[in-house]
Amino acid sequence: MEPAVQLRGAVTLLGRFPALAGIDLDVAAGETVLLRGPNGAGKTTVLRLCAGLLPLVRGEGRVLGHDLADPAQARALRRRVGLLGHATGLYDELTVGDNVRFWGRACGASPADVEAALVGCGLDGRLRDVPAAALSAGQRRRTSLACLVARRPELWLLDEPHAGLDQEGRDLVDGLMRQAVAAGATVVLASHDLDRAEALADRVVPVAGGATGPAAPTSAAVVAGVP
Amino acid sequence: MFRDAGLVAGKDLRIELRSRVTLQQVLPFAVLVLVIFGLALDPDRGFLGRASAGLFWVAVLFCTLLAVQRAVAVESADGNRDALRLSGLDPAGIFLGKATAVAAQLLAVEVVLAVGVVVMYGVEVTGVVLLLASALAATAGLAAAGTLYGVLAAGLRVTDTLLPILLLPVLSPVLIGATEAFEAALGGVASDGWPWCGLLVVFALLYLTFGTLAFGTLLEET
Repeated sequence: MEPAVQLRGAVTLLGRFPALAGIDLDVAAGETVLLRGPNGAGKTTVLRLCAGLLPLVRGEGRVLGHDLADPAQARALRRRVGLLGHATGLYDELTVGDNVRFWGRACGASPADVEAALVGCGLDGRLRDVPAAALSAGQRRRTSLACLVARRPELWLLDEPHAGLDQEGRDLVDGLMRQAVAAGATVVLASHDLDRAEALADRVVPVAGGATGPAAPTSAAVVAGVP
Repeated sequence: MFRDAGLVAGKDLRIELRSRVTLQQVLPFAVLVLVIFGLALDPDRGFLGRASAGLFWVAVLFCTLLAVQRAVAVESADGNRDALRLSGLDPAGIFLGKATAVAAQLLAVEVVLAVGVVVMYGVEVTGVVLLLASALAATAGLAAAGTLYGVLAAGLRVTDTLLPILLLPVLSPVLIGATEAFEAALGGVASDGWPWCGLLVVFALLYLTFGTLAFGTLLEET
Protein backbone atom coordinates (compact mmCIF):
# COMPACT_ATOMS: atom_id res chain seq x y z
CA MET A 1 0.00 0.00 0.00
CA GLU A 2 1.27 3.48 -0.86
CA PRO A 3 2.38 5.50 2.18
CA ALA A 4 0.03 8.28 3.23
CA VAL A 5 2.97 10.68 3.54
CA GLN A 6 6.35 10.37 1.88
CA LEU A 7 8.80 13.26 2.06
CA ARG A 8 12.41 13.08 0.82
CA GLY A 9 14.73 16.04 1.38
CA ALA A 10 11.69 18.32 1.40
CA VAL A 11 12.29 22.06 1.53
CA THR A 12 9.61 24.74 1.45
CA LEU A 13 9.49 28.53 1.61
CA LEU A 14 8.06 30.78 4.29
CA GLY A 15 7.77 34.05 2.43
CA ARG A 16 11.04 34.27 0.51
CA PHE A 17 13.07 32.30 3.02
CA PRO A 18 13.69 28.54 2.91
CA ALA A 19 12.09 26.67 5.77
CA LEU A 20 13.00 23.07 6.62
CA ALA A 21 16.46 21.74 5.94
CA GLY A 22 15.40 18.72 3.92
CA ILE A 23 12.75 16.74 5.76
CA ASP A 24 12.50 12.96 5.38
CA LEU A 25 9.25 11.48 6.62
CA ASP A 26 7.32 8.30 5.93
CA VAL A 27 3.87 7.70 7.36
CA ALA A 28 2.00 4.54 6.46
CA ALA A 29 -1.73 4.65 5.81
CA GLY A 30 -3.62 4.18 9.07
CA GLU A 31 -0.59 5.04 11.18
CA THR A 32 -0.35 7.70 13.91
CA VAL A 33 2.96 9.56 13.99
CA LEU A 34 4.05 12.12 16.54
CA LEU A 35 6.43 14.91 15.51
CA ARG A 36 8.42 15.87 18.56
CA GLY A 37 10.74 18.83 18.86
CA PRO A 38 11.33 22.22 20.47
CA ASN A 39 9.55 25.41 19.45
CA GLY A 40 10.71 26.59 16.04
CA ALA A 41 11.94 23.13 15.04
CA GLY A 42 9.70 23.07 11.94
CA LYS A 43 6.84 20.83 13.08
CA THR A 44 4.10 23.26 12.06
CA THR A 45 5.81 23.84 8.72
CA VAL A 46 5.90 20.09 8.05
CA LEU A 47 2.18 19.83 8.80
CA ARG A 48 1.36 22.80 6.53
CA LEU A 49 3.50 21.30 3.77
CA CYS A 50 1.64 18.00 4.11
CA ALA A 51 -1.65 19.90 3.85
CA GLY A 52 -0.61 21.38 0.51
CA LEU A 53 -0.58 24.92 1.91
CA LEU A 54 3.15 25.51 1.36
CA PRO A 55 5.05 24.95 -1.89
CA LEU A 56 7.55 22.14 -2.17
CA VAL A 57 10.57 23.91 -3.68
CA ARG A 58 13.17 21.16 -3.32
CA GLY A 59 13.13 17.42 -2.70
CA GLU A 60 10.23 15.05 -3.25
CA GLY A 61 6.88 14.83 -1.55
CA ARG A 62 3.77 12.71 -2.01
CA VAL A 63 0.77 12.91 0.28
CA LEU A 64 -2.21 10.59 -0.28
CA GLY A 65 -0.76 9.97 -3.72
CA HIS A 66 -0.62 13.67 -4.65
CA ASP A 67 2.70 15.06 -5.82
CA LEU A 68 3.38 18.19 -3.74
CA ALA A 69 5.68 19.57 -6.42
CA ASP A 70 2.68 19.97 -8.71
CA PRO A 71 0.60 22.95 -7.50
CA ALA A 72 -2.59 21.58 -9.06
CA GLN A 73 -2.15 18.24 -7.25
CA ALA A 74 -1.28 20.02 -4.01
CA ARG A 75 -4.54 22.00 -4.28
CA ALA A 76 -6.50 18.82 -5.03
CA LEU A 77 -5.00 17.22 -1.92
CA ARG A 78 -6.43 19.87 0.41
CA ARG A 79 -9.98 18.55 0.23
CA ARG A 80 -8.76 15.18 1.56
CA VAL A 81 -6.84 16.45 4.59
CA GLY A 82 -7.89 18.17 7.80
CA LEU A 83 -5.52 20.59 9.52
CA LEU A 84 -6.04 21.70 13.09
CA GLY A 85 -3.60 24.55 13.57
CA HIS A 86 -3.02 27.29 16.10
CA ALA A 87 -5.66 29.46 14.38
CA THR A 88 -9.22 28.20 14.61
CA GLY A 89 -10.54 29.41 11.23
CA LEU A 90 -13.85 30.45 12.81
CA TYR A 91 -16.03 33.43 11.87
CA ASP A 92 -16.69 35.36 15.07
CA GLU A 93 -20.16 36.56 14.05
CA LEU A 94 -21.42 33.08 13.17
CA THR A 95 -22.64 30.63 15.75
CA VAL A 96 -20.90 27.34 16.48
CA GLY A 97 -23.51 25.53 14.39
CA ASP A 98 -23.16 27.98 11.49
CA ASN A 99 -19.38 27.62 11.46
CA VAL A 100 -19.40 23.82 11.46
CA ARG A 101 -22.17 23.77 8.86
CA PHE A 102 -20.30 26.18 6.56
CA TRP A 103 -16.93 24.45 6.70
CA GLY A 104 -18.57 21.03 6.48
CA ARG A 105 -20.69 21.93 3.47
CA ALA A 106 -17.68 23.62 1.84
CA CYS A 107 -16.06 20.22 1.41
CA GLY A 108 -19.28 18.41 0.58
CA ALA A 109 -20.20 17.03 4.01
CA SER A 110 -23.81 15.98 4.39
CA PRO A 111 -26.08 17.52 7.06
CA ALA A 112 -25.79 14.17 8.90
CA ASP A 113 -21.98 14.47 8.95
CA VAL A 114 -22.26 18.00 10.32
CA GLU A 115 -24.71 16.93 12.99
CA ALA A 116 -22.53 13.97 13.95
CA ALA A 117 -19.51 16.27 14.25
CA LEU A 118 -21.40 18.65 16.53
CA VAL A 119 -22.62 15.80 18.71
CA GLY A 120 -19.22 14.07 18.70
CA CYS A 121 -17.49 17.22 19.92
CA GLY A 122 -20.08 17.95 22.58
CA LEU A 123 -21.42 21.03 20.81
CA ASP A 124 -25.00 19.90 20.28
CA GLY A 125 -26.51 21.66 23.30
CA ARG A 126 -26.67 25.32 24.19
CA LEU A 127 -23.26 25.98 22.63
CA ARG A 128 -24.55 25.32 19.12
CA ASP A 129 -26.27 28.71 19.04
CA VAL A 130 -23.50 30.72 20.69
CA PRO A 131 -21.52 33.10 18.42
CA ALA A 132 -17.88 32.09 18.07
CA ALA A 133 -16.82 35.49 19.43
CA ALA A 134 -18.38 34.58 22.79
CA LEU A 135 -16.55 31.26 23.14
CA SER A 136 -13.62 30.54 25.43
CA ALA A 137 -10.32 29.46 23.86
CA GLY A 138 -11.09 25.81 24.65
CA GLN A 139 -14.59 26.02 23.18
CA ARG A 140 -13.19 27.63 20.02
CA ARG A 141 -10.72 24.75 19.79
CA ARG A 142 -13.55 22.23 20.12
CA THR A 143 -15.54 24.01 17.41
CA SER A 144 -12.51 24.02 15.14
CA LEU A 145 -12.12 20.31 15.81
CA ALA A 146 -15.79 19.76 14.91
CA CYS A 147 -15.19 21.55 11.60
CA LEU A 148 -12.36 19.11 10.93
CA VAL A 149 -14.42 16.07 11.94
CA ALA A 150 -17.27 17.15 9.65
CA ARG A 151 -14.85 17.07 6.72
CA ARG A 152 -14.11 13.36 7.38
CA PRO A 153 -10.50 13.78 6.21
CA GLU A 154 -8.32 10.86 5.23
CA LEU A 155 -5.26 12.51 6.77
CA TRP A 156 -5.49 14.36 10.09
CA LEU A 157 -2.78 16.95 10.63
CA LEU A 158 -2.95 18.15 14.20
CA ASP A 159 -0.78 20.93 15.57
CA GLU A 160 -0.84 20.93 19.36
CA PRO A 161 -4.32 19.40 19.43
CA HIS A 162 -4.49 19.38 23.23
CA ALA A 163 -3.50 23.02 23.68
CA GLY A 164 -6.06 25.18 25.48
CA LEU A 165 -8.35 22.25 26.31
CA ASP A 166 -9.48 21.05 29.70
CA GLN A 167 -9.18 17.40 30.78
CA GLU A 168 -12.51 16.49 29.19
CA GLY A 169 -11.54 18.23 25.96
CA ARG A 170 -8.21 16.43 25.81
CA ASP A 171 -9.90 13.08 26.32
CA LEU A 172 -12.33 14.04 23.55
CA VAL A 173 -9.47 14.78 21.14
CA ASP A 174 -7.83 11.46 21.96
CA GLY A 175 -11.10 9.61 21.45
CA LEU A 176 -11.75 11.29 18.10
CA MET A 177 -8.24 10.48 16.92
CA ARG A 178 -8.65 6.82 17.87
CA GLN A 179 -12.03 6.69 16.11
CA ALA A 180 -10.53 8.25 12.99
CA VAL A 181 -7.66 5.76 12.91
CA ALA A 182 -10.07 2.88 13.49
CA ALA A 183 -12.02 4.14 10.48
CA GLY A 184 -8.87 4.06 8.35
CA ALA A 185 -7.58 7.61 8.64
CA THR A 186 -3.93 8.53 9.12
CA VAL A 187 -2.81 10.97 11.81
CA VAL A 188 0.29 13.15 12.02
CA LEU A 189 0.42 15.29 15.12
CA ALA A 190 2.83 17.71 16.72
CA SER A 191 2.53 18.05 20.46
CA HIS A 192 4.37 19.10 23.57
CA ASP A 193 1.92 17.08 25.67
CA LEU A 194 4.18 14.07 25.28
CA ASP A 195 2.50 11.68 27.69
CA ARG A 196 -0.81 11.92 25.89
CA ALA A 197 0.61 12.13 22.39
CA GLU A 198 2.95 9.17 22.82
CA ALA A 199 0.08 7.09 24.16
CA LEU A 200 -1.74 7.72 20.87
CA ALA A 201 1.16 7.45 18.44
CA ASP A 202 2.71 4.39 16.83
CA ARG A 203 6.00 6.17 16.20
CA VAL A 204 7.81 9.32 17.25
CA VAL A 205 9.79 11.33 14.73
CA PRO A 206 12.13 13.91 16.25
CA VAL A 207 12.28 17.26 14.44
CA ALA A 208 15.02 19.80 15.11
CA GLY A 209 16.43 22.65 13.07
CA GLY A 210 14.09 21.91 10.19
CA ALA A 211 15.27 18.31 9.80
CA THR A 212 14.02 14.96 11.01
CA GLY A 213 15.96 12.41 13.04
CA PRO A 214 15.48 8.63 13.07
CA ALA A 215 11.96 7.53 13.97
CA ALA A 216 11.37 5.34 17.01
CA PRO A 217 8.33 3.38 18.14
CA THR A 218 6.55 4.75 21.18
CA SER A 219 6.46 2.70 24.34
CA ALA A 220 2.69 2.34 23.88
CA ALA A 221 3.28 0.88 20.43
CA VAL A 222 5.91 -1.50 21.77
CA VAL A 223 3.52 -2.69 24.46
CA ALA A 224 0.77 -3.09 21.87
CA GLY A 225 3.09 -5.05 19.62
CA VAL A 226 2.97 -2.60 16.72
CA PRO A 227 5.95 -3.35 14.40
CA MET B 1 -18.74 26.98 -8.89
CA PHE B 2 -22.23 28.43 -8.46
CA ARG B 3 -22.94 26.15 -5.50
CA ASP B 4 -19.77 27.40 -3.82
CA ALA B 5 -20.68 30.99 -4.70
CA GLY B 6 -24.07 30.56 -3.05
CA LEU B 7 -22.47 29.06 0.04
CA VAL B 8 -19.96 31.90 0.42
CA ALA B 9 -22.50 34.63 -0.34
CA GLY B 10 -24.91 33.13 2.20
CA LYS B 11 -22.15 33.00 4.80
CA ASP B 12 -21.06 36.62 4.18
CA LEU B 13 -24.64 37.91 4.27
CA ARG B 14 -25.31 35.98 7.47
CA ILE B 15 -22.21 37.57 9.00
CA GLU B 16 -23.52 40.96 7.88
CA LEU B 17 -26.96 40.31 9.35
CA ARG B 18 -25.38 39.36 12.68
CA SER B 19 -22.79 42.16 12.81
CA ARG B 20 -25.04 44.83 11.23
CA VAL B 21 -22.03 46.77 10.01
CA THR B 22 -23.82 47.91 6.85
CA LEU B 23 -26.95 48.87 8.74
CA GLN B 24 -25.31 50.60 11.66
CA GLN B 25 -22.14 52.03 10.11
CA VAL B 26 -22.11 52.08 6.30
CA LEU B 27 -25.68 53.35 5.83
CA PRO B 28 -25.39 56.20 8.34
CA PHE B 29 -22.05 57.11 6.76
CA ALA B 30 -23.64 57.23 3.31
CA VAL B 31 -26.50 59.43 4.50
CA LEU B 32 -24.00 61.69 6.30
CA VAL B 33 -22.07 62.12 3.06
CA LEU B 34 -25.27 63.24 1.30
CA VAL B 35 -26.12 65.67 4.10
CA ILE B 36 -22.58 67.10 4.19
CA PHE B 37 -22.59 67.62 0.44
CA GLY B 38 -25.95 69.32 0.80
CA LEU B 39 -24.66 71.66 3.49
CA ALA B 40 -21.42 72.41 1.66
CA LEU B 41 -22.65 72.99 -1.86
CA ASP B 42 -25.97 74.76 -1.96
CA PRO B 43 -28.71 74.80 0.60
CA ASP B 44 -31.08 76.31 -2.01
CA ARG B 45 -30.94 73.08 -4.01
CA GLY B 46 -30.15 74.74 -7.33
CA PHE B 47 -26.70 73.26 -7.75
CA LEU B 48 -27.47 70.15 -5.75
CA GLY B 49 -30.13 69.02 -8.21
CA ARG B 50 -27.65 69.23 -11.10
CA ALA B 51 -24.86 67.49 -9.18
CA SER B 52 -27.03 64.84 -7.51
CA ALA B 53 -26.00 61.97 -9.81
CA GLY B 54 -22.30 62.55 -9.18
CA LEU B 55 -22.80 63.02 -5.45
CA PHE B 56 -24.85 59.82 -5.28
CA TRP B 57 -22.11 57.77 -6.91
CA VAL B 58 -19.31 59.38 -4.91
CA ALA B 59 -21.19 58.32 -1.77
CA VAL B 60 -21.65 54.80 -3.20
CA LEU B 61 -17.93 54.66 -4.03
CA PHE B 62 -17.00 55.46 -0.44
CA CYS B 63 -19.42 52.80 0.77
CA THR B 64 -17.84 50.32 -1.63
CA LEU B 65 -14.50 50.85 0.08
CA LEU B 66 -16.06 50.17 3.47
CA ALA B 67 -17.94 47.08 2.28
CA VAL B 68 -14.88 45.61 0.56
CA GLN B 69 -12.65 46.27 3.56
CA ARG B 70 -15.19 44.49 5.72
CA ALA B 71 -15.44 41.54 3.29
CA VAL B 72 -11.67 41.21 3.34
CA ALA B 73 -11.38 41.60 7.11
CA VAL B 74 -13.65 38.64 7.88
CA GLU B 75 -11.37 36.38 5.85
CA SER B 76 -8.21 37.73 7.46
CA ALA B 77 -9.16 36.86 11.03
CA ASP B 78 -7.89 33.80 12.88
CA GLY B 79 -6.60 31.75 9.97
CA ASN B 80 -9.76 32.01 7.86
CA ARG B 81 -7.78 32.57 4.68
CA ASP B 82 -5.92 29.28 5.14
CA ALA B 83 -9.18 27.58 6.04
CA LEU B 84 -10.68 28.84 2.77
CA ARG B 85 -7.67 27.50 0.85
CA LEU B 86 -8.05 24.14 2.59
CA SER B 87 -11.80 23.99 2.18
CA GLY B 88 -11.79 22.74 -1.37
CA LEU B 89 -14.13 25.55 -2.41
CA ASP B 90 -13.68 26.63 -6.02
CA PRO B 91 -11.74 29.95 -5.94
CA ALA B 92 -14.01 31.28 -8.69
CA GLY B 93 -16.98 30.40 -6.51
CA ILE B 94 -15.41 32.19 -3.54
CA PHE B 95 -14.89 35.29 -5.70
CA LEU B 96 -18.43 35.28 -7.08
CA GLY B 97 -19.89 34.63 -3.63
CA LYS B 98 -18.01 37.45 -1.97
CA ALA B 99 -18.77 39.82 -4.85
CA THR B 100 -22.48 38.90 -4.65
CA ALA B 101 -22.56 39.65 -0.93
CA VAL B 102 -20.83 43.01 -1.43
CA ALA B 103 -23.24 43.82 -4.29
CA ALA B 104 -26.27 42.98 -2.13
CA GLN B 105 -25.06 45.33 0.60
CA LEU B 106 -24.34 48.10 -1.92
CA LEU B 107 -27.80 47.74 -3.47
CA ALA B 108 -29.36 48.20 -0.03
CA VAL B 109 -27.24 51.32 0.50
CA GLU B 110 -28.19 52.64 -2.95
CA VAL B 111 -31.91 52.29 -2.25
CA VAL B 112 -31.58 54.42 0.88
CA LEU B 113 -29.31 56.91 -0.89
CA ALA B 114 -31.73 57.19 -3.81
CA VAL B 115 -34.55 58.08 -1.45
CA GLY B 116 -32.23 60.57 0.24
CA VAL B 117 -31.28 62.20 -3.07
CA VAL B 118 -34.90 62.55 -4.15
CA VAL B 119 -35.99 63.97 -0.81
CA MET B 120 -32.99 66.13 0.07
CA TYR B 121 -31.85 67.25 -3.38
CA GLY B 122 -35.29 67.46 -4.94
CA VAL B 123 -34.55 65.56 -8.17
CA GLU B 124 -37.10 64.02 -10.50
CA VAL B 125 -36.73 60.52 -11.96
CA THR B 126 -37.57 60.49 -15.70
CA GLY B 127 -35.95 57.22 -16.79
CA VAL B 128 -36.71 54.48 -14.28
CA VAL B 129 -35.53 51.59 -16.46
CA LEU B 130 -32.24 53.31 -17.28
CA LEU B 131 -31.80 54.17 -13.62
CA LEU B 132 -32.31 50.58 -12.47
CA ALA B 133 -30.21 49.03 -15.24
CA SER B 134 -27.35 51.45 -14.64
CA ALA B 135 -27.47 50.90 -10.89
CA LEU B 136 -27.36 47.12 -11.30
CA ALA B 137 -24.50 47.18 -13.82
CA ALA B 138 -22.49 49.72 -11.83
CA THR B 139 -23.02 47.78 -8.61
CA ALA B 140 -21.87 44.54 -10.23
CA GLY B 141 -18.74 46.30 -11.51
CA LEU B 142 -17.99 47.92 -8.14
CA ALA B 143 -18.44 44.65 -6.28
CA ALA B 144 -16.36 42.60 -8.75
CA ALA B 145 -13.45 45.03 -8.97
CA GLY B 146 -13.63 45.73 -5.24
CA THR B 147 -13.49 42.04 -4.31
CA LEU B 148 -10.59 41.42 -6.67
CA TYR B 149 -8.51 44.34 -5.41
CA GLY B 150 -9.57 43.58 -1.86
CA VAL B 151 -7.93 40.16 -1.85
CA LEU B 152 -4.85 41.66 -3.52
CA ALA B 153 -4.54 44.34 -0.84
CA ALA B 154 -5.22 41.80 1.92
CA GLY B 155 -2.26 39.75 0.74
CA LEU B 156 -0.05 42.82 1.09
CA ARG B 157 -1.27 43.22 4.69
CA VAL B 158 -1.86 46.98 4.48
CA THR B 159 -5.46 46.74 3.36
CA ASP B 160 -6.91 49.79 5.07
CA THR B 161 -4.50 52.30 3.58
CA LEU B 162 -3.64 50.62 0.29
CA LEU B 163 -7.10 49.58 -0.85
CA PRO B 164 -8.43 53.11 -1.55
CA ILE B 165 -5.25 54.00 -3.45
CA LEU B 166 -5.51 50.85 -5.57
CA LEU B 167 -9.24 50.80 -6.02
CA LEU B 168 -10.42 54.38 -6.56
CA PRO B 169 -8.54 54.93 -9.86
CA VAL B 170 -9.76 51.55 -11.12
CA LEU B 171 -13.36 52.46 -10.30
CA SER B 172 -13.25 55.85 -12.01
CA PRO B 173 -14.87 54.51 -15.23
CA VAL B 174 -17.80 53.33 -13.10
CA LEU B 175 -18.06 56.74 -11.43
CA ILE B 176 -18.07 58.52 -14.80
CA GLY B 177 -20.39 56.08 -16.57
CA ALA B 178 -22.86 55.78 -13.72
CA THR B 179 -22.97 59.54 -13.19
CA GLU B 180 -23.65 60.18 -16.88
CA ALA B 181 -26.32 57.48 -17.01
CA PHE B 182 -27.99 58.79 -13.86
CA GLU B 183 -27.94 62.38 -15.14
CA ALA B 184 -29.81 61.17 -18.20
CA ALA B 185 -32.28 59.28 -16.02
CA LEU B 186 -32.78 62.16 -13.58
CA GLY B 187 -34.41 64.83 -15.67
CA GLY B 188 -32.29 64.36 -18.81
CA VAL B 189 -32.86 62.47 -22.05
CA ALA B 190 -32.89 58.75 -21.28
CA SER B 191 -31.52 57.69 -24.67
CA ASP B 192 -28.33 59.66 -23.93
CA GLY B 193 -27.70 57.42 -20.94
CA TRP B 194 -27.86 53.99 -22.53
CA PRO B 195 -24.35 54.09 -24.08
CA TRP B 196 -23.03 54.84 -20.60
CA CYS B 197 -25.04 51.95 -19.22
CA GLY B 198 -23.39 49.80 -21.89
CA LEU B 199 -19.99 50.91 -20.63
CA LEU B 200 -20.98 49.86 -17.11
CA VAL B 201 -22.07 46.43 -18.36
CA VAL B 202 -18.75 45.95 -20.18
CA PHE B 203 -16.82 46.99 -17.06
CA ALA B 204 -18.80 44.58 -14.89
CA LEU B 205 -18.37 41.67 -17.32
CA LEU B 206 -14.66 42.40 -17.64
CA TYR B 207 -14.03 42.32 -13.91
CA LEU B 208 -16.37 39.40 -13.26
CA THR B 209 -14.48 37.38 -15.87
CA PHE B 210 -11.06 38.50 -14.72
CA GLY B 211 -11.93 37.87 -11.08
CA THR B 212 -13.28 34.41 -11.81
CA LEU B 213 -10.05 33.50 -13.58
CA ALA B 214 -7.52 35.26 -11.33
CA PHE B 215 -8.95 35.00 -7.82
CA GLY B 216 -7.43 31.57 -7.15
CA THR B 217 -3.95 32.78 -8.05
CA LEU B 218 -4.34 35.91 -5.92
CA LEU B 219 -5.58 33.83 -2.99
CA GLU B 220 -2.51 31.59 -3.28
CA GLU B 221 0.20 34.06 -4.17
CA THR B 222 -0.57 37.19 -2.15
